Amino acid sequence: MTVLQKKTTAENPIAHLTPEDIEQIGRELDAIRAEVVAARGESDAAYIRKVIDVQRKLELGSRAVLLFSLFPPAWIAGTAGLTVAKILENMEIGHNVMHGQWDWMRDPKIHSTTWEWDNASPAEQWKHSHNELHHTYTNVVGKDNDLGYGIMRVDEDQKWVPFYVAQPLWNFINACFFEYGIAAYDLELGKNIKRKRTKTPEFKAKLSQTLRKIRKQATKDYVVHPLLSGPSALNTLAANFVANLGRNLWTHSVIMCGHFPEGVSTFEKKSIEGETKGEWYVRQMLGSANITGSRAMHIATGNLSYQIEHHLFPDLPSNRYQEIAPKVEALFERYGLTYTTGSLPKQVASAWHKVIRLSLPNDFLSRKVNPTPLPARERSETTVAA
Amino acid sequence: MATTTAFVRLTSPGTPRWMTSLKDGARKVAELAATPLVPSDYLDIIDPLRRGADLRGRIESIHAETADAATIVIRPGADWAGHVPGQYVRIGIDVDGVRQWRAYSLTHGPRADGRISVTVKAVPEGKVSNHLVHDARVGTLVHLEQAAGEFVLPPEGGKFLFVTAGSGITPVIGMLRNLFPVTDSGAVALPRSAAYDITVVHVAPTEPDSIFLANLRELDRAGLITLVARYDDTHGVLDVADLVDLVPDLDARVTLACGPAGLLDALGAHHAERGLELLTEQFRVATLVTGEGGTVSFDKSGIALEATGDRPILDQAEDAGVLMPSGCRMGVCFGCVLPLREGVVRDLRSGDITTAVEGDGVNIQTCISAAAGPCRIDH
Repeated sequence: MTVLQKKTTAENPIAHLTPEDIEQIGRELDAIRAEVVAARGESDAAYIRKVIDVQRKLELGSRAVLLFSLFPPAWIAGTAGLTVAKILENMEIGHNVMHGQWDWMRDPKIHSTTWEWDNASPAEQWKHSHNELHHTYTNVVGKDNDLGYGIMRVDEDQKWVPFYVAQPLWNFINACFFEYGIAAYDLELGKNIKRKRTKTPEFKAKLSQTLRKIRKQATKDYVVHPLLSGPSALNTLAANFVANLGRNLWTHSVIMCGHFPEGVSTFEKKSIEGETKGEWYVRQMLGSANITGSRAMHIATGNLSYQIEHHLFPDLPSNRYQEIAPKVEALFERYGLTYTTGSLPKQVASAWHKVIRLSLPNDFLSRKVNPTPLPARERSETTVAA
Repeated sequence: MATTTAFVRLTSPGTPRWMTSLKDGARKVAELAATPLVPSDYLDIIDPLRRGADLRGRIESIHAETADAATIVIRPGADWAGHVPGQYVRIGIDVDGVRQWRAYSLTHGPRADGRISVTVKAVPEGKVSNHLVHDARVGTLVHLEQAAGEFVLPPEGGKFLFVTAGSGITPVIGMLRNLFPVTDSGAVALPRSAAYDITVVHVAPTEPDSIFLANLRELDRAGLITLVARYDDTHGVLDVADLVDLVPDLDARVTLACGPAGLLDALGAHHAERGLELLTEQFRVATLVTGEGGTVSFDKSGIALEATGDRPILDQAEDAGVLMPSGCRMGVCFGCVLPLREGVVRDLRSGDITTAVEGDGVNIQTCISAAAGPCRIDH
C-alpha cells in the first residue's frame, strides 16, 4: 500500500477505494486493452494509411498552391491547407506512430523505430522524454517535467519563485514556438545548463543532433519552398511561418488540456514507490483530462482529446480510443472517480486560468485551495480542488 | 521515415555531364523539400511500381488450381530483375493488417508480359497461405524481393529425376513450364529443351490434393516428361528404396528433390549409399532439439526479451515488438539473417549449436534458431 491510499482527507479522490478495488480496476482495464489488441486488424491498418495518404496529398497540394502565393486566394488556401497538414502530421500521425501504436503492423515505413516527424525535436529524443519519462511518471511532481515544462508552475505543490510571476507570458511565447520549446525540453536544456553539463560529450551529441534537425526543418520551410515559389518567395515564406505558428498554437493548446485543467490530480514522488500496476492505472486516470467535440476535432488532436484513454493505453491505435471511452467512463463511475472532461474552449480556459493563478504564491489570492493543509509529511497526494 | 531509395533513376554512361549534375541537383532539392520524409514517400502515392521505388508488385489475377491451392499472378515493379525457373521470391503481404513475409517458388520461366506468378497451397493454420488462396484480392499491393535460390536446372541439359512431395512440386513446375510451355494447342517441345530428359516422381496424400497434376499429366501425355504419380491413400507412403523400381535408370540421373525434411533425409541416405548426386530444397522445419533459452537483446532497438529455447528467435522477437526481417520461416531463404554479436543459439532442425563471442558477427537464421543462452543481436 502506498501513502496515496492511506490518505483519508476529503480531497483524496481515492480515499473510498480499497487496495482490492484498485487491483480490480487494473484487471478491468487490462481486459479492455486485451479486447482491442485481439480486434485490431485490417480496418485499423487501413485507417492510419488513409490518414497518412490524405495528409501527404494535402501537404503536396497546399505547397503546390503556395507556389502562386503572390495571389491572396492562393496564399489563404495554401496556408490553411498546410497548417492542417502539419497538425495531422504532428498529432494523429507523428505522435501516435512514435508511441508504437502502429508497430504491430510490422510495416517498416509506419513504425516507431523508423519514423521522423515534421518538428524541431528529433524523434529519438522526443520518444525518450515523452514515452519513457512523461508516460511513466505522469503528474508526479519533481519527476514529470511535463508539469510546467520546467518553465512554469502548474501545481500548488511546486515551489513558487518570482520567475513564475511572468509565466503567462512564458506560456504564450512557448505556445507560439512550441516545437522549439519541445526540442529544448527534450534536450533538458535548462537542467543541463544549471548543472553545467553542457560540455559533456552526451549533451554535445544530442545538441548537434537537434541543431541538425532544426537546420533541415528551417531550410525546407524558409529557404527551399520559398525559392521554388520564385516571385512568390516572400509570400510562401510568410505562409510557412504562419502554418508552423498555427500548428504550434494548436498542439500547445491540446497538450495543455491533457494535464493542466482544474480537476486533474498530481502526485508526490514518494507516492509512486513500489507502485502496483493497478495504482499506476489509477494515477493515469486521475492525472489526465479529456476534451469533448466533433470527430474532426478528435482527429485534429491526434485523439489526445481522449487523453485519459491514451494515458491508460499509450500504445493502442488512436482510432480505438473513441470506441473504448464509454467503457472507461463507466468504470470511473462504478468506482466513484471523476472523469475530467469538457469542451476545448472550456479546458483551454481552465488550463490558462491555472497558469495565471499559480503565477502567484498559493495563498496570494483570496481563493482557498487547501483549506486544511496537511502536515507536509502526510501530504502524499494533492488534488487541486476546483 | 528515412529510406535510402533514390527517386531518380541514375543516368546512363552516355549522359552528358551537365545533365548528370542537373539531375543530382534536382534530387538534392527534392530531398531538402521533402524532409523529414524522402521524395520517394511522396512519389509512392503516385506510382509505387516505378523505377527506383522499393520493390513491390500488384496482384493482377488469382486462379484456383485445386480447392486449396491458387496461382497468384503479380505485376512486379519496374526494377524486377528477372529470375531463373526454380528460384523463389520473397513476398510481403498484409494479413489482418500485419505485414507477413513468405518465400514462394516461381512457377514459370520468364514471361513475355513481364508478370510473375506463385502457386500457393493453403496449409492448415497457415496465416499467409490461407489468405493468399482464399481472401487475397486483385489489385492488392504486395512487397517483393528479387528472386533468389540455387535450386535450378543446369543450362546444358542432362538426365534428371525430380522427387517432389505436396507443395514441393512448385519450384519444379517452374522449371518444367519454362522447358515445355503449355499453349492452347497443347504442350510445346522447344529445341532448347531437347537436351533435357526428365522423370518426375510426385507424391501427394490423395489424388485431388495433387496440385498441378493436370499440368504434369499433359506433359507426360505429350511425351515430354515421364510422370510417376504416387498417392499415399492408394499406393501407401513412398519408401525411397522403391525408387529404383519406379525409375529403372535411376543411377543415370541427377536427382532434385523438394519436400518435407523426412523425405529429404531418407533420400539423402539412400543416394549417399548408391553414390548418386542429389540437390534438395527443404520446405519445412522439423524441430528436433529444444534447449533452455535466455535473454535476447537487440543492439539498435534496445529491446531485450526473455526467449524460451523451443521457439525461433524470430517469432519471439516479433511478439515483443521488434521489427524483424523475415522470409520463408522454414530455414530456406536466408531473408531473416542477422549478425549474432555474442551468445549461443541452437538450430531447431538439427540441434547444432552456434556460438559468438564479443567482437564476432556470426550470421544466424533467426527463423530456425532458438536462444540457447543469453544472446546479443545486431539489429
